[in-house]
Amino acid sequence: MGEQRVMPLIEVENLGVRLNTSRGPAQAVRGVSFALKRGETLGLVGESGCGKSVTAMSLMGLLPDSAVVSGSIKLDGNELARLPDADYCRLRGNRISMIFQEPMTALNPMHTIGHQVAEPLRRHKKHSAAQARKEAIALLDRVGLPDPARRVDAYPHQFSGGQRQRITIAMALACEPDLLIADEPTTALDVTIQGQILDLIADLVEERGMSMILISHDLGVIAENVQRMMVMYGGTVVESGPTDEVFRRMGHPYTQGLFRARPKLGARKGTRLKTISGTVPELADLAAGCTFSDRCPLVIDQCRAALPPMVDVGPGHVVRCIRTDVSMAENVGALSA
Amino acid sequence: MTAAPLLDVKDLEQRYALPRESLFRPPGQVRALNGVSVQVAAGKSLGVVGESGSGKSTFARLVMALERPTSGQVALLGRDLNRISADELRRARRDFQMVFQDPYGSLDPRQTVARIVAEPLTVLEDADRATFRARVAAVLRQVGLRDADMEKYPHEFSGGQRQRIAIARALITQPKLIVADEPVSALDVSVQAQVLNLMQDLQEQFGLSYILISHDLAVVDYLCDEVAVMYLGRIVEQGRPEDLFEHCAHPYTRALLDAVPRARAGGGRRRRGGQAIASQSAATTGCPYVARCPLADQHCREALPELRKVGEGHLAACHKAEAVMALPQAAMEG
Repeated sequence: MGEQRVMPLIEVENLGVRLNTSRGPAQAVRGVSFALKRGETLGLVGESGCGKSVTAMSLMGLLPDSAVVSGSIKLDGNELARLPDADYCRLRGNRISMIFQEPMTALNPMHTIGHQVAEPLRRHKKHSAAQARKEAIALLDRVGLPDPARRVDAYPHQFSGGQRQRITIAMALACEPDLLIADEPTTALDVTIQGQILDLIADLVEERGMSMILISHDLGVIAENVQRMMVMYGGTVVESGPTDEVFRRMGHPYTQGLFRARPKLGARKGTRLKTISGTVPELADLAAGCTFSDRCPLVIDQCRAALPPMVDVGPGHVVRCIRTDVSMAENVGALSA
Repeated sequence: MTAAPLLDVKDLEQRYALPRESLFRPPGQVRALNGVSVQVAAGKSLGVVGESGSGKSTFARLVMALERPTSGQVALLGRDLNRISADELRRARRDFQMVFQDPYGSLDPRQTVARIVAEPLTVLEDADRATFRARVAAVLRQVGLRDADMEKYPHEFSGGQRQRIAIARALITQPKLIVADEPVSALDVSVQAQVLNLMQDLQEQFGLSYILISHDLAVVDYLCDEVAVMYLGRIVEQGRPEDLFEHCAHPYTRALLDAVPRARAGGGRRRRGGQAIASQSAATTGCPYVARCPLADQHCREALPELRKVGEGHLAACHKAEAVMALPQAAMEG
């Protein structure tokens, strides 16, 4: 947007997260770096267990106590990693807020929606009860909840899934955060409602100049909603770049595999889906080299030796693969087919 | 459709009573299904799509004879499932089995895979343990699992493998029809493709029929010979996937197609109009879709459109079906 050479709003460098799982310690995230300016949007794509939600949780300071965070997360130049919980509480819901996947579990069934939307306002902005309530009604109106003045005292179970997600969005926006993290915000919703919710989030991001990190497993949702994207696999970023650039020329065999595996409209019965063989690896027993090496069709011995470096393949477009010369040459025909 | 269909559903209606709100008025009703008729031929698959509240899961439960319909009939192989005795119904269940959405919730965590998969069979047949185990082993191999997996518990498997176990459990009675309610929506994309390919292989191998309930149009397109689009308990459009997705004749089908995000470069934001959610309890005289329809006029508000033929094997319940078909169609790739 208009600013010149401003400090990024959020700057993540070499983020690593070690979690204790039932199968021993696991490096859930390693070497994740990105920066986001005000008003920019970033998408995180990947399958379950790829580390995208853990990355989001570490930005929110919501990792379990046993998690070991390395690297740095800076918000406006201030270090957030390993910040004491009390300090994090002042940021969470205030400068950084999050929209969760399941609107039913994200809302407290015992409190009215008005109470829940007003809570961050009372806590962070020290609004009076009456003032917070008025503001909450305005917020609920903004997110398109019908008749908010009357329904502000209703409980979450009295709303549909789409309406509940609108309420959690109102909560997340209450304090006008600088960074909004949306973790699969529409996965639990119908396609038609999904469109409305994504439109709403896009409007609000634009209107308030927020930055957004959108997490999704749906390549379609990512293609339409963010400026830049990162593809994650086995805790590392395997490909990152401007969204259009990545969709035009997918560099990593995993990104390509993910794209081909989606059932597409117009693929008639009898055609076979191209699967990625094998399954998503357990984080506790990841391969030493490239995390995708066990499932990769292009794997060579060298891939298993060490984690490949990021390779530049286009403007701002990097791929963590040593075989991009082959993958990107082979892919040309495959994607247009 | 030739010969006698495998499944014949006629004028199926299902209503659920709402809690009474006043002493002096009759309790309200949820009209979950409002007259659904559909046939499935042996070896063919029917996809049912629609939003939540469209009645697609109610339809699945009625086809599985898990509930009694308010009116209408469900006939499998010529037998009306609601007219036969409980004992006969139990034996008839051999021919139709179900696969559920959530492979984490649908398998008993305290039972071994062998017991889970054998259960439908033990209800139906008296045989010794060795026979059951041989049958379980055979069916596990068919879905791509190993004999050694028999002694394991569900938590030892990934989501995709669990869904394979659920499919094995449905297959073991050698059914003619499998009703699958969102079988892949809880799975990761790369695993989804494996399970869909498996379902297609099994169909070719055993001549199964599927009723596939899904909100994902691409999944239905991939697996089905015919698709029914449901809205508020009615089929609003029905036909072969290529007809439906390339020349859709109902504005609702079009709205569903338009809502699918496209994975391609230069997607950008495509705006979709706001849409009200219609009530399932109110009985309306006109077209149920009228509140959301961009083409609605006075006639639509007054007369309920019947499901009528708009092309070869292509039905639509819209007064303006021809006008909808003439509109430029949504781009299909991605």
